[in-house]
Amino acid sequence: MKTLAFSGCLAGAIDCDVHNAVPSVKVLYPYLSDYWQDFMAEAGDPSLEPNYYPVNSAIAARPEARGAGFPPGADPEALIAQVLDRTGAKRAILNCLYGVPALYNEYWAAAMASAVNDWVADAWLSRDPRLSASIVVAPQSPDAAVAEIERRAADGRFVQVLLPARTQMPVGRRYYWPIYEAAARHGLPVCIHAGGGGAGQPPTPAGWPTYYVEEYLAVAQGFQGQLVSLVAEGVFAKVPGLKVVFAESGFTWLPSLMWRLDKNWKGLRREVPWVDRLPSEIIREHLRITLQPLDEPSELRRLVETIDHIQSDQMLLFSSDYPHWHYDAEGPLPAGLSPDAVRNLLFANAERTYRFHA
Amino acid sequence: MSRYVIAPLKDFETRDRMIVTVAGRSIGVFRIDGEFFAVRNQCPHAGGPLCQGELGGIVRSSQPGEFDYARRGEFLRCPWHSWEFDLRTGRSWFDPDRVRVRAYEAAVLAGGEVIGCGVKEIEHEARQPGPYTVETYPIRVEDAYVVVDV
Repeated sequence: MKTLAFSGCLAGAIDCDVHNAVPSVKVLYPYLSDYWQDFMAEAGDPSLEPNYYPVNSAIAARPEARGAGFPPGADPEALIAQVLDRTGAKRAILNCLYGVPALYNEYWAAAMASAVNDWVADAWLSRDPRLSASIVVAPQSPDAAVAEIERRAADGRFVQVLLPARTQMPVGRRYYWPIYEAAARHGLPVCIHAGGGGAGQPPTPAGWPTYYVEEYLAVAQGFQGQLVSLVAEGVFAKVPGLKVVFAESGFTWLPSLMWRLDKNWKGLRREVPWVDRLPSEIIREHLRITLQPLDEPSELRRLVETIDHIQSDQMLLFSSDYPHWHYDAEGPLPAGLSPDAVRNLLFANAERTYRFHA
Repeated sequence: MSRYVIAPLKDFETRDRMIVTVAGRSIGVFRIDGEFFAVRNQCPHAGGPLCQGELGGIVRSSQPGEFDYARRGEFLRCPWHSWEFDLRTGRSWFDPDRVRVRAYEAAVLAGGEVIGCGVKEIEHEARQPGPYTVETYPIRVEDAYVVVDV
């Protein structure tokens, strides 16, 4: 069995995308009302474990994260040992990707989101002060999402709001603005994470793909559409304090998107006059992106050149994407970054983005 | 710098612009209500024929869904890439300090002010240079003329 082979080089890191899994839907029942408990029982205790990818395929999870009888990432002891103790990372943000955003019943989704957050607080956050978590909300119901944000905001262990990258409408639309306003009101970034579903949204902007490899890669294109939506719809003009974190989006597409958006804004800005400066400036100010999974050109310096094209070393947040399996002995960091860039990437950018509890 | 007669004022009664060649430069002369403005007919971006573009106002917004539309007709949009320029200053909207087109002073003078004051007449684009007799305006004291300083 392989083990993480980069122990030591991540000392002090803040891992901004770690996935804890719900071992069984029944662990959530104590946090559901009588009505929803019986609703679930009547439906045969349906798991909401997402099927964004073939979870049992070899590349889906690091071997050491697997255990018998529960999904990778469901064992707190293993996660804490592998993500924090072995690497020297000082903190991890848990993004629990349960299938809440895929439900059609928005009331059920809101109840499940709240239950997941209660369970995360009890089963994970209370176990180790190095763990922080995202607030799971139901984007199907912005009203309920705002209520859930208000319910959690005083608990400093919750550091951001989690939305899926596949939403019923582009995420810039006014429908979602109450979520952004509530998050910003409490100093919480909104993390938009790969996945989601529901309402028949395909995982690629081109439609439904045939193969896993298509879906795996085309996620990045969906994120690009969401970023342009956030800028063009004026989310950052409306909520100037908002930070958005893209997780598992990749980032090598960012320079070309900023170039093109700046270019076309000069001629088309009359349509979106609230975009009152170069879109690339707005993006650099408001967007943060997690590191893994990383694009890997055959010549490693190409990746550092691409990061240089972003013209900011403040945007990238370190992430392992545990338990997903993206790297081995070479470790999670791009080779050839300056010491300052590594420092920003490992923890300084995260400390500027999040309000962590003591 | 020299002052050039562009055309009699009455030639602008039915048009809002005239593109002329002055001292070898293509220049657009624009009438906005009773005022006249002139800018170089060459976009500083890619060299497009700026003065053939549409005229519009400038829209600003303090938040999504709000449209503060002002100075209608005073901004020129390049026909190639739609960059906007303020006809009063030649400055672009998005980068007024660095992206700007050369603007010239334009005015209306009475015929009496034109005659005998060293004001030059221009060859209109329709008249090609060559060995021919240039047709010029007979400047009349009782008429008014649009002039540009180039």
